Amino acid sequence: YRFERVWFWGCIQGLRGAYYIAEGLGPDRAAPRSRLYSLNCLDWSLLTPATKEVLALAEQLKGRFQGDPSFEYNLAEINAEAAARLTEGGREPVIKEEARLIATIEQIDREVGIVPRGAFVKTPLGSVHENRHFEGLSLLEAKKLSSYFHFTEPANLKNKTLLEKADLDPSTDFLDSLEHDIPRGSWSIQLEKGSTVVVLRSLLWLGLTFYHVPMTKQFGYVYFGTGEKNLDLPFML
Amino acid sequence: HGPYQPQEPGYGLDQPGYSPYEDQIPDPQARMLAIKNAKAYLLKTSTRSGLNLYDHFANILTKILDEQPANTVDIIEDISKDVKWAQFRKKMDTLRDEHLILPTFEAAEKCKALFVKEIGEDEREELDEEMPSLPNVMETAFYFEQAGIGLDKDESYYIFLSLKNLINVQPIQTCRFWGKILGLEMNYIIAEVQLHEGEGGEEEEAGEEEEETVAEGEKEMDEAEEEGEEKEKEAEPPKSTYKPPPEIPKEENGTGTNKYIYFVCNEPGKPWVKLPPVTPAQIVCARKIKKFFTGRLDAPIVSFPPFPGNEANYLRAQIARISAGTHVSPTGFYQFANEDEEEEEGDAYEENPEFEPPPVVEMVESLATWAHHVKGILKQGRCVWINPSQKSEENEEEEDEEEEDKEEEEEEQQEERGLPLLTLISEDEGMKNIPAWTAQASTNLIPQYSVAILQSNRWPGAYAFASGRKFDNIYFGWGHKYSPESHTPALPPPAQAEYPSGPGITETVDPTVEEEIAFRVAQEEALAGEEEEGEEEGVEDD
Repeated sequence: YRFERVWFWGCIQGLRGAYYIAEGLGPDRAAPRSRLYSLNCLDWSLLTPATKEVLALAEQLKGRFQGDPSFEYNLAEINAEAAARLTEGGREPVIKEEARLIATIEQIDREVGIVPRGAFVKTPLGSVHENRHFEGLSLLEAKKLSSYFHFTEPANLKNKTLLEKADLDPSTDFLDSLEHDIPRGSWSIQLEKGSTVVVLRSLLWLGLTFYHVPMTKQFGYVYFGTGEKNLDLPFML
Repeated sequence: HGPYQPQEPGYGLDQPGYSPYEDQIPDPQARMLAIKNAKAYLLKTSTRSGLNLYDHFANILTKILDEQPANTVDIIEDISKDVKWAQFRKKMDTLRDEHLILPTFEAAEKCKALFVKEIGEDEREELDEEMPSLPNVMETAFYFEQAGIGLDKDESYYIFLSLKNLINVQPIQTCRFWGKILGLEMNYIIAEVQLHEGEGGEEEEAGEEEEETVAEGEKEMDEAEEEGEEKEKEAEPPKSTYKPPPEIPKEENGTGTNKYIYFVCNEPGKPWVKLPPVTPAQIVCARKIKKFFTGRLDAPIVSFPPFPGNEANYLRAQIARISAGTHVSPTGFYQFANEDEEEEEGDAYEENPEFEPPPVVEMVESLATWAHHVKGILKQGRCVWINPSQKSEENEEEEDEEEEDKEEEEEEQQEERGLPLLTLISEDEGMKNIPAWTAQASTNLIPQYSVAILQSNRWPGAYAFASGRKFDNIYFGWGHKYSPESHTPALPPPAQAEYPSGPGITETVDPTVEEEIAFRVAQEEALAGEEEEGEEEGVEDD
């Protein structure tokens, strides 16, 4: 596959089995990632990137994953229009669990994939790569939500006031910070092991855990869960 | 040639680009002067930051030669920046160090306390007689680790040690590590214990006193009501006819939902806090709300319907629900103490000495090999149903006898029967098409040592394992039940009618002019008919 970096993304628990997911990247860290899944960590299959329609459809699917990649969800119950469109096109109105899997992973990465501030730099040419000089956040910074960024296309950067923009450093602050996530408080920050490790847990996607050891280069996130978005979050806070 | 004179054009070597004689080897003395000038320029201190370029370059080169990073030329600007930052950091270093030491140091101190041995030699004899069973947390952790569930080994060991402390402090009969519930700010580590008999009595007495004072308060209020009614029957705001439903009494300590007592702490090393016993009202309310735990036991729960209690009560209620829903054991491991009493009071179960553990393969394939050993909670919020109207009779006054009869008729609640105690989990209903449990073997590669693992789908985070005679249940999660539909909060009850509507108050449409005329005409005709008979004048009253 010619990846430069490969890592274990996490595990989505299905009813009859679990999917183990791995991600790989080439030299440009901001490029779309290639994802592979496996049922037993031995045989890995590449997941094709999902189209926008499939993503939108998969968001409407509710309930647990079955654990069988060829399981077909009946679209007619969920979205009659989409089902009608598909039948007109000559295909059956079903969504396979594989498609749902890739859509869920994509969503999770987009919504709650986070990195500490300063870990990635953007060159003037536009490509993003790791900052070799990143030596970790300090303990004080690690406790603040604003020192962590979503690792996706920024949506809110332009909306900041001019005052805030003046403080930004364009090489490291080119992503959205966690501070303005809606709803407020959808992240839980905890210091473990006597504040040697800071752990962030997402409450929107229960099961996503991000860790960072302050003053070192170690950080990462992993997902262990059922693969369902927590839509009850506003009630639970 | 001799030394150049200042007027000569070849002299200006410190002005590069000026000399037309660059191809000539310059005179050493002039060169030295040029070097000195250049150095002086480099040493010129910047007015803004107090640094000078010469020292800065020296530092950069020192750093590069010390560290020898790869591809230096690419990252030279970063190195330069770092060196500059380092200049400023030095002043704050001492302060920072002190600040940093504290949190890690404190945590380490607490953990150190765990490791200190407290038992002296003399006490060992006493302990051997009534040694409370310290659960082997490490062993359980090992089995769960086979399934990929569990905590860090260090953390398990700390929990082990703090459980040992707990046993030394409290009079405990049996103890078990129940699990860990995650919270927003801090997490909860929970231990399930059974105290020695008589120790839980303090709670009971306090509870009884409370009930007595409440009853006295009610009686006082009733008396005041009577007096009020007798004296002032004239202008009084209408009394509300709302009588709150009678409070369902909580179960005794040691039975039903309060069979075990739970201790929690935020981190191993912190002191254990006892959770109060749970009341049915709290369980009923906890079923309707879904809230994250913050990690502080005294945090209020803001919700609708309003939860009667704070986070400690909510935590206790959720623990009770999880235990009732997911604590299972291999079928046959426990049996009823008395074969005759299979009613709801059959709380007592004991280990079956003749239990033959079925092989792991069978435990995984068929869910009938597992059974609940904790009673399920009824809709009422208790494990044993109680008729609430019995209690209400005592508190009612004689005047309210009529209402009493009405209440008995209307609120004749159906006696609720829960499932008997040791039901197989194959009877558990799933939700939609999701079965209630998922069973797996820990490994397919080594069947002789594999462990049967059960995951609950109704309470995600609840696991059980069985291997031969050993089994255990544990919970790691956020503390919420799984529901395929989204959580819908309860709607507020409809507004009560202020007054009963009847013909006296109901508005009716005023008759129109035509109707009035028609009415009058009809009346006149009727009266005219009467006048023919009678001699009195018809009084026309409209």
